[in-house]
Amino acid sequence: MSTCNRCGQFSTIILLIILSFISVNSTAETELYDVKTSLGESLSRQEIEKYMITIFPDGTNLPEGQGSVEEGGALYQSMCQACHGEKGIEGPAARLVGNNGWFSFSDPARILRIKDYPILLISVGGLWPYATTIFDYVRRAMPHFAPKSLTNNQVYGLTAYILYLNELIGPEVILDKDIILEVKMPGEDLSVFPNTMDKEEYEFIERFRNQGASRELNK
Amino acid sequence: MNTKMLKTVAEGGLLDRRSFLMSGLTLSSVLPMTVLASSITGQSRIGEDFHPWMKVPGRDATAYGRPSSHEKSIVRHLEKNTPETSLFSLWQTPIENQRGIITPSGLHFTVSHNGIPDIDPQHHQLMIHGLVNKPIKFDVERLMRFPFVSKINFLECAGNTAQNAVSFTPLDGNCQALFGQVSGSEWSGVPLRYLLQEAGLKPTAKWAIAEGADGGSHARSIPVSKLLDDAIIAFYQNGERLRPEQGYPMRLFLPGWEGNTNVKWLHRLEITDKPAFTKDESGLYSDVLDDGRVQRFSFHMDVKSVITSPSGKQMLPEKKGFYEISGLAWSGHGKIKHVDVSVDEGKTWAKAHIDSPILSKSLTRFSIPWHWRGDATTILSRATDEHGNVQPTRSQWRDKYASYTFNHFNAIQAWRISSQGEVENVYM
Repeated sequence: MSTCNRCGQFSTIILLIILSFISVNSTAETELYDVKTSLGESLSRQEIEKYMITIFPDGTNLPEGQGSVEEGGALYQSMCQACHGEKGIEGPAARLVGNNGWFSFSDPARILRIKDYPILLISVGGLWPYATTIFDYVRRAMPHFAPKSLTNNQVYGLTAYILYLNELIGPEVILDKDIILEVKMPGEDLSVFPNTMDKEEYEFIERFRNQGASRELNK
Repeated sequence: MNTKMLKTVAEGGLLDRRSFLMSGLTLSSVLPMTVLASSITGQSRIGEDFHPWMKVPGRDATAYGRPSSHEKSIVRHLEKNTPETSLFSLWQTPIENQRGIITPSGLHFTVSHNGIPDIDPQHHQLMIHGLVNKPIKFDVERLMRFPFVSKINFLECAGNTAQNAVSFTPLDGNCQALFGQVSGSEWSGVPLRYLLQEAGLKPTAKWAIAEGADGGSHARSIPVSKLLDDAIIAFYQNGERLRPEQGYPMRLFLPGWEGNTNVKWLHRLEITDKPAFTKDESGLYSDVLDDGRVQRFSFHMDVKSVITSPSGKQMLPEKKGFYEISGLAWSGHGKIKHVDVSVDEGKTWAKAHIDSPILSKSLTRFSIPWHWRGDATTILSRATDEHGNVQPTRSQWRDKYASYTFNHFNAIQAWRISSQGEVENVYM
């Protein structure tokens, strides 16, 4: 390393340190600083693709593959039912079906309600705005004892079965990356966003909601 | 002792702090020292009446210090009434035993939805990709070469005090059970803006999907504006590397925002123009409003306070007498401006003393001296932040939400004190 190069690095660090002091108490400051660091290593396309598992409501990152309600049902019985219950409401794990809410700790009617809906959680069918989230979460985190072990086809099948349990699709449906976008979830039109958010931050959601067209294209 | 100097600031015996300090009144009665007749002779040993630990050499220190064995009851407590499975693990901090504004790292509350991973820092990296000019990755060593900042901030789970939001009758719990999902620490790490500057944001970049390297790959959608504001990647908590249950080797830290967004074991930021509506932001961390609509992305933790001493299930040791009421206040929007305290069920209020330091988005300690006259009463605290946000009453809060909504509950807390000195959680 030449002396000159070392000097350059040193002055960059000093500059960063000075700027970091400026930034400590400024919460309104959103400008980027004009400093150049190059501590990161470049990330290859292959590495990105390996980890790019997040599925978006518009279908971004959905993989190829398909699964039927029937195939999902068989898998559900063997891998999911023990925790989520036969109907997706019995627990002990999070409730997947219906739209009854969460019950209070000392609700006098709790015993009666628990008889019908023992799970204390707002469910997938009642609240979630997009079916893509079911695919995303099942693939990354389920089953609890072996996350990321299911094939894409299996995840499509399980997503289909959960939607079927919620009466959002019929028993004959075979789910794939196009059909999943046609599923309208009850939670979508109920969504509101806090006024603390920058309009631009949820512009996409409004666009996506108003553009039935993007869904038409996917059919 | 000069009780004439005492100045009351509200009904029920709340005292002016300055006049209390000047009055010479003590918090408990002092017994006169017994003077023993001298029996010292040449055969006397000074050790005879001393405690045993003053008469033997003590032990050596240990490589990593631990609390005294006499403090072994001051530990986190596992909350059993959680809405998912046993794998949804929620350990609450004994906040009523804390003094000052820093929670010891080992007592900091912790919630995990898919367990705590054992991550080898040598094989952990942060990837930044998506709407950036240069997709990059950093190993831990390279990330820690960026300039650090340290911030004292609170962290609160969206579900803290959920029982008081939804339970028809007030749960007879202590502060730990009811308020144990908030803690305060010094968090040290690298501002996100340096990393995003290096990657180069494209003009359409609005959101980042932050993902952990745990079994469930916990993910939340975060507006880029927050990352460019005061977000850091935290490596240290209270001067030492993060505990595994706080995200070792590194976590996202978003001052003032609900705990679930502070993604632990952070390994990936996917920069996008849209949120992903991940599992948690679709369900558990959405808030159903009273008209059935569902509020998404309610990131901020609102202004809140609690009197920690005296608090639920405690017992005032002396009927009648002087006590210091002490508690914590915090706001996800900024600094605490003032805290009002009432010891007469909300009829009259007085401003509590706010201890320094008063920091933005941090636990803030308040206190006020109180002469309890032994009557049953209810004590309350009500915090206001620098933006004028004030804690609502329980019914004001509940009017906004569906009866079963339990996150982001920040109503005024009431403790009932019986004439026997027992302290109990009540609704006002």
